[in-house]
Amino acid sequence: MGSITIRNVSKTFGEAKVIPNIDLEINDGEFVVFVGPSGCGKSTLLRLIAGLEDVSGGQILIDGKDVTEAAPAERGLAMVFQSYALYPHMSVRNNIAFPLKMANMDQALINKKVEGAAKVLNLTDYLDRRPGQLSGGQRQRVAIGRAIVREPSAFLFDEPLSNLDAALRGTMRLEISDLHYQLKTTMVYVTHDQIEAMTMADKIVVLNRGNIEQVGSPLELYKSPRNLFVAGFIGSPRMNLIEGDYARSKNAKTVGIRPEHLLPSKQSGLWRGTVTVAEHLGADTFLHANVDGLGPITARVDGEFGVKHGETVYLTPDESKLHRFDDKGLALGPALTGA
Amino acid sequence: MARRITNRRKVVISLIAWSIALALFFPILWTFLTSFKTEGDAVATPPQFLFFHWTTENYIEVQARSDYFLHFFNSVVIAVGSTLIGLAIAIPAAWAMAFAPTKRTKDILMWMLSTKMMPPVGALIPIYLIFRNMGLLDSRWGLVGVLTLINLPIIVWMLYTYFKEIPGEILEAARMDGASLMKEIVYVLTPMAVPGIASTLLLNIILAWNEAFWTLNLSTSEAAPLTTFIASYSSPEGLFYAKLSAASTMAIAPILILGWFSQKQLVRGLTFGAVK
Repeated sequence: MGSITIRNVSKTFGEAKVIPNIDLEINDGEFVVFVGPSGCGKSTLLRLIAGLEDVSGGQILIDGKDVTEAAPAERGLAMVFQSYALYPHMSVRNNIAFPLKMANMDQALINKKVEGAAKVLNLTDYLDRRPGQLSGGQRQRVAIGRAIVREPSAFLFDEPLSNLDAALRGTMRLEISDLHYQLKTTMVYVTHDQIEAMTMADKIVVLNRGNIEQVGSPLELYKSPRNLFVAGFIGSPRMNLIEGDYARSKNAKTVGIRPEHLLPSKQSGLWRGTVTVAEHLGADTFLHANVDGLGPITARVDGEFGVKHGETVYLTPDESKLHRFDDKGLALGPALTGA
Repeated sequence: MARRITNRRKVVISLIAWSIALALFFPILWTFLTSFKTEGDAVATPPQFLFFHWTTENYIEVQARSDYFLHFFNSVVIAVGSTLIGLAIAIPAAWAMAFAPTKRTKDILMWMLSTKMMPPVGALIPIYLIFRNMGLLDSRWGLVGVLTLINLPIIVWMLYTYFKEIPGEILEAARMDGASLMKEIVYVLTPMAVPGIASTLLLNIILAWNEAFWTLNLSTSEAAPLTTFIASYSSPEGLFYAKLSAASTMAIAPILILGWFSQKQLVRGLTFGAVK
């Protein structure tokens, strides 16, 4: 079991209010990702759940039990840190065994569990090495091993992949997802990388300046962002946000259109622009164009669509995929096409 | 481009360095040589450097007159005892300052250091009276206590700079893993800080071994360490330089040997944090 309830929680550091009162419900077995720009309070929120920071107000409940005042160890959670935070003076075996030793578990049982975890994580050959002799990916696996042997009610991940190179990050992403599938334990995962958020999460929590901007499944956030912040943050390349006459014609202050919802043409279209940069990724091309009357617009087009810097391109938005926002930046209903 | 160092420059710099090193070492060498002279040779003019009548009679006489091994034992008890008690107090203190600092932590550290700037004689009378009234004069425990307190600021400061280098996340991981504060310090922090703790220990043993002001003033015979042992050959004996030299050589030899074997560790400890 591992449901986490955050009730009216706030956190201040001196004068600075990092997290104003927020509420959040994390269900048992869910993979929840906290995502947001740096300094948005996502790591602080995770540390509040872990008990590494004390809340300034509000309550934290795990499985319905109030743990606001409980020490980190009493909360039954395990955490994986960005820096791995392995004990450098202990072998891999002792690193993984450490939480079990702290729980005064029987040595024979400890050995069995450590070997079990090592097998799952492909660490069996490295059990007698020190963390300093391992690669980044192996170290991160040891950190995960140390977390899983405890059989915690929930795992907390604090940007665990940001110290790894891109290829390894992709592999570890799959491994963590796979682990979640096997263990079916609640996982709370902090990242600033929206690819991690989109690919791994059951539920994404978008944070901005300590406030929760939106909670929802990856596709919900992609399809119906609640406000301009979420619209701009989720999706890569970013959604094009257009103000002015075009937005007014759609009865909105701002109109958003994702780069993938623009139809390109070399002959004709609604908007005419000049290509500034064409980023050819192979399958896709990211076209950055300066559109007359609108300014810079990014379009995601087929890799076969060959244009170069300085050429003219026509772009037509798929109006059924338009996002409209009012003057407070909140989403309005779907665009009224033809109105 | 690397700086060019000519051979001539190298020779000149080496000569200067050796001269300075010899000048610094000369008093110790002279004491050592004098300890093997007769009292007559010791005060001869012009001073005799190597060609004199070598004798070990000073050592035999010094040992006959005062019990060297008692004082040696006292020095060991006082230096090691005060260092170990100091470490037991300073490790948790430095932990708190490095990993759970408050707004006042820096001030407390500065205040602790400021006590080392006060001339110790300013506190002599009150401490002497406290020692007298508590029956601690000339007792090993009394000296262990006072030297612990005298050197505590330095131990805390050294450990603090060491602990600052240890990533806090590792201690947080230990906390998440169910370690109590005590276990966190014993199983995680201390083993990680072993090099730092070792150099602090060594330096502090040397400081305590050489401490002369408090040991001279608060001990006479029973608890007297080697500092008092040397001093007992200076004033009343007047011109007996050879015996004084023999006593000094015997007093500094152990710590010199310890220092020689641990110099790598010591240099690392003293320059820690200065170079990353």
